[in-house]
Amino acid sequence: MKLIQISIFLENKKGRLLDVCSLLGENKINLRALTVAESDNFGVLRLVVDKPQEATTILKAKGFVANLTEIVAVEVPDKPGGLAEVLKVLAKHNINVEYMYGFLERASTRALLVFRFDNPDTAIEVLKANKIRVVGQKDMGAL
Amino acid sequence: MEVKFWDKKIETIGRGALKALQLKRLKETVRQALKTPFYKARLKKCGIRSAEDIRKLDDHNRIPFTTKDDLRECYPAGLLAVAMKDVIRLHTSSGTTGIPTVIYHTRGDIDVWTDLLARSIVATGASKEDIFQNMMSYGMFTGGLGLHYGAERVGMTVIPMGGGNTKRQVQLMKDFGTTVMHITPSYALHIFSKLEECGVSRKDLKLKKAYLGAEPYSENTRKKIESLYRIDAYNSYGLSEMNGPGVAFECVYKTGMHCWEDTYVIEVVDPRTGEPLPDEKEGELVLTNLTRRATPLLRYRTRDIACIHRGPCKCGRTHRRLSRITGRTDDMLIVNGVNVYPSQIEAVIMRVPEVGTNYQIYLEKEGTLDKLVVKVEIYSKLFSGDIGQIDALKSRIRDDLRASIVINPVVELHEPGSLPVFEGKAKRVVDARAKL
Repeated sequence: MKLIQISIFLENKKGRLLDVCSLLGENKINLRALTVAESDNFGVLRLVVDKPQEATTILKAKGFVANLTEIVAVEVPDKPGGLAEVLKVLAKHNINVEYMYGFLERASTRALLVFRFDNPDTAIEVLKANKIRVVGQKDMGAL
Repeated sequence: MEVKFWDKKIETIGRGALKALQLKRLKETVRQALKTPFYKARLKKCGIRSAEDIRKLDDHNRIPFTTKDDLRECYPAGLLAVAMKDVIRLHTSSGTTGIPTVIYHTRGDIDVWTDLLARSIVATGASKEDIFQNMMSYGMFTGGLGLHYGAERVGMTVIPMGGGNTKRQVQLMKDFGTTVMHITPSYALHIFSKLEECGVSRKDLKLKKAYLGAEPYSENTRKKIESLYRIDAYNSYGLSEMNGPGVAFECVYKTGMHCWEDTYVIEVVDPRTGEPLPDEKEGELVLTNLTRRATPLLRYRTRDIACIHRGPCKCGRTHRRLSRITGRTDDMLIVNGVNVYPSQIEAVIMRVPEVGTNYQIYLEKEGTLDKLVVKVEIYSKLFSGDIGQIDALKSRIRDDLRASIVINPVVELHEPGSLPVFEGKAKRVVDARAKL
């Protein structure tokens, strides 16, 4: 049920984000979610794509510093307090969220969020036991 | 202009008598040097087996040069000419390769050095009436302790503040009415820019003089410091191998630094051939210490570029004057008064597995202070995808560098292949600070 996120080390330099996006676009790889964590002279771009292994091979071949990380995509009711309910479950089971960000999604009644946990397997068990839907790689095509 | 002397007899000694004194002291120094394994072997090669082989001052030129590499090879005791129980202090400096060098001092050596600084201080017109704030680092760096001892000998009121901590420096200057400060030129400019922030204006200060040293600076920088603070700023020269500060110092006329020739034989040579150059011609400064007993050094290649001014000075001192230092013959960088060799930085970077082997050292001005940026490329295979890893890596490199070069660099991580690659000799240092 885990998803693969690609983390890319990027210098804080004009056009660098464009380079990544064009490369993926040319290779027909579709972005599902992304966020940038920034520090003073560099950033780490985090991507969820439809074909992560292929995308990583292409990026590395072009000299990008990239690595794969396991993340969990969670369906959250798109209403006030929706996220709080999910976080409450996690907090109760002592599961720490390292970071999270939203999905690029078409309009619907559900929001999709990407979570990075230090222990994703336990997190998935807890979420499922609490009837919170976790989205797997095979669901990605349907999104 | 009022000219004061600490030791008028020696400061105004006739050139003939000065040369006779130099010859006498050179013999004593050679006698002392022959007690060390290093010079015993080195001097034998040029036919000097005893002090008696030095008959005239020109024999000085028969002595081969001593280099920084020699000092490194002699570390720790190869150049020690007295029993350790007679050594009262030592100063080490980190070398270019991580092998340090050391200079030992007997009580007498410290006494002579202290006297040269007392002489230098009085030459600038200062006296025991003055309040002296020492803003140079203490410890192994000889700039702090050297002037400290000299100022005490003159009888000044010494505030041993050391470097940094601008707020406290300004507070002390104000509270104790500091009249003389010993400081690097870049820090002097920095402090001035912070006065207002510290809630102090120029009229709250009683400052009259600044002794500027430890880093090269232009005549324009001196003028700037003088006009901003409305003080007189004096140039100071020294290096730890020759004790430290007090090798040469400006008098009230500020037309070059009197090199104390009763204690040092000063030469300027062509850095490539080693041939002596005439006065007024710029080259590498070579110095012999004529008085130090614990660590004698003969014809030491300083790697500093300067020239000697001939002709009398209006102050009446007969010791020739040294120009300001205009450069170096090696790749040593001076960053906020601290000597740094690129090889020290390289050694640290090469120990870090998460970064590649390509790097760049970038120097720029941030306000009036120097900023050292070390740019390295991340090694792709060891990237975990975690931003915390990158931040931790940067801190680790910064801490390792600080431990090695004593100053705090800014570490920048770059993507592989983004730093310039060189075929042949790499140009890894980019110095974007204004040229002198």
